[in-house]
Amino acid sequence: MKSKTREFRRVAGQVLSDDRLQRAHEVVYDGFHQRRLAASGATLDWEQQRSRGKEIKDHTIANLDYYLGVLADNVESHGGQVFFAADVNEANAYVKDVAQRIDATTVIKSKSMVSEEMGLNDELETEGIEVVETDLGEYIIQLAKEAPYHIIAPAVHKTKNQVAELLADDDEDLTGEDAESLTRRARERLRSVFRRADMSITGVNFAVAESGSIVLVTNEGNGRMATTVPRVHIAVMGMEKVVPSVADLGTLLRILIRSATGQRISAYVTMVNGPRHEEEDDGPDEFHLVIVNNGRDKLLSDESLRESLNCIRCGACMNACPVYRKVGGHAYGWVYPGPIGAVVSPVLTGLNDGVDLPNASTLCGACHEACPVKINIPRMLLELRAKAVEGTDRGSTASIKERVLWKGWRWGMMGRRRYGALARIGRVLLLPFARRGWISSTPGPLSGWTASRDLPMPQKSGLSGLMTRMRR
Amino acid sequence: MSEQPSDNSSAQRNTKHVNLFTTCLVDQFAPQVGIAVISVLDTAGIEARLVEGQTCCGQPAFNSGFRDDARDVAWRFVELFEGTSGDIVCPSGSCVAMVRNYYPVLFRDDAEKSRRAARLAGRVYEFSEFLANMAGTADFSVEIPPTIATYHKCCHLLRELHVDQQPQLLLAYLRGLELVELERADVCCGFGGAFAVKMSDISAAMMAEKLSNIKRSGAEKVIAGDTGCIMHMQGGLRRDGSDIQVLHLAEVLAGRRSDCTGT
Repeated sequence: MKSKTREFRRVAGQVLSDDRLQRAHEVVYDGFHQRRLAASGATLDWEQQRSRGKEIKDHTIANLDYYLGVLADNVESHGGQVFFAADVNEANAYVKDVAQRIDATTVIKSKSMVSEEMGLNDELETEGIEVVETDLGEYIIQLAKEAPYHIIAPAVHKTKNQVAELLADDDEDLTGEDAESLTRRARERLRSVFRRADMSITGVNFAVAESGSIVLVTNEGNGRMATTVPRVHIAVMGMEKVVPSVADLGTLLRILIRSATGQRISAYVTMVNGPRHEEEDDGPDEFHLVIVNNGRDKLLSDESLRESLNCIRCGACMNACPVYRKVGGHAYGWVYPGPIGAVVSPVLTGLNDGVDLPNASTLCGACHEACPVKINIPRMLLELRAKAVEGTDRGSTASIKERVLWKGWRWGMMGRRRYGALARIGRVLLLPFARRGWISSTPGPLSGWTASRDLPMPQKSGLSGLMTRMRR
Repeated sequence: MSEQPSDNSSAQRNTKHVNLFTTCLVDQFAPQVGIAVISVLDTAGIEARLVEGQTCCGQPAFNSGFRDDARDVAWRFVELFEGTSGDIVCPSGSCVAMVRNYYPVLFRDDAEKSRRAARLAGRVYEFSEFLANMAGTADFSVEIPPTIATYHKCCHLLRELHVDQQPQLLLAYLRGLELVELERADVCCGFGGAFAVKMSDISAAMMAEKLSNIKRSGAEKVIAGDTGCIMHMQGGLRRDGSDIQVLHLAEVLAGRRSDCTGT
């Protein structure tokens, strides 16, 4: 997917004035966020589970090449084929090669965020291959030709009437239909696609190294259809999705599902151990596992950002985030929205373009608190802010004005007299705008503040002055 | 008591004085909060000493990514406060979080500075955290005019320092206070320092949600623990033409009808 992180402010501004979207965002908090709180609250050893989850991920990411090696060996020993893709071009080329070799005309997909990174649907469609998303939310946004709004609820921003319009054929009007009839309609359509599909592409929630299995967490059953019906199954995963053992999988599934939807277990948890064996009735003839790097090595090699690879893509951080709830998923401009997206997207698609993302945060810590593997997202946002100022190979994002401002601040803070002088200058500059101790409009750098709130006038004497006066 | 071996935690030790880490925002915009802190500590028999020469802990530059500038100012803070003895008390969660949680990041490439900053950080306490530690040995009861108030949980206090019970415990000392519930009390008010200026439209939208919850609570006053958030919410309420006052916990505990609406 082409990155539009540069347009963060513009899109955010549009979303802020869109009442319908603002109402949709409330669902994320009142629904997903509250359900996560209820589910974690009902799990007595929740904090221990989170700690264990973090330990598993820390250990796996620290030994990533080892576990990926074990995974690849075990997948191959079951008759699967493994391809390590350095970037999205290599991954797309591999998938297209397989599709062309087997003369695929229809490809079905079960939810995969990595395939969004790859822009895989477009790639296959330009080859004349029909691609159909089978997760209902993904299907809706495919019809709407949009990117996912949320990693587990891609169409959370769509109203029932909008969905009805998307599902209607040219001469129909479905806007009066209830959600159940609309779902049934989508189901019937997808069922016929499942029957005729030659090939499936799925994501991977976890890949278990010791057993060579890939694991899919779904609620609609589409994952199970996709992994059993078509002749060929290609699973695409980011390289951080490997876990060492089935026991580790148990821990991570428990915290993933509770954190994502508040369920104790999803309707389906599908484990795939490669292609159909001779003695088996079901399953694909071929199974391929594409393990994608696409810039993740940049996160891996940077100690201050490595923890972002611990993410298990539950979406809890975006549900908890007060900024996401105002600007929505599309403002973040790439595959992953919300707090974790504000860390990952700038690194994978360029910090100079995406510098607004780590800055669009009050560092309130709601994401850190919500994360099932305790990723300290605010700390990484701060690291990225510092990296942007220090500069990448494309230079620093800090303007001369900003640099001068902070040098001036530093000068003023390095001595008490200077601090006093700076405070006096500030007061003198603000005085013309003050009415009875408050400022309601300012030009220049503080105009952002006074656009929506009054600013108190700095006090004439600081604390020590006030104390001296009181003693008199 | 005096014959018992001394214990290093401030909860046990009968501290006679503390050093005030005033914060630049309190100093510039809300010195009455500093006075209130001194007065509350005084009722507990503790002398609060103003540490002369302090400016800022470095948080604004650090949060903006200007780490070199922040580091110099932070180191000045460390050296200045190293010259004091005893605990250091600060009426701001985010400034304490800077020293406790982010100085280790700022000084991570310098073992010596790192060690000294960590040692200092061990002496720094947020106001309500410090006070609640002494709750068994001191009485902070105070009679205030009948007031309906609500409590906003400032983010850094709650999620960086995990100070949540302490302010609630202290509020229980206030006779005359009727505490009403604030919906989404733990959701950010949208301040975020430079964020409120640089991304003011997003910040304002977050603030609007907070203010509407405040108004719905029926409170006449909002009590909070961080001057930045207080300024932000008060500025927003004023702009809306609301009379609701936002006060620092210390101001309420000091038992005077302190007013942070300026002069």
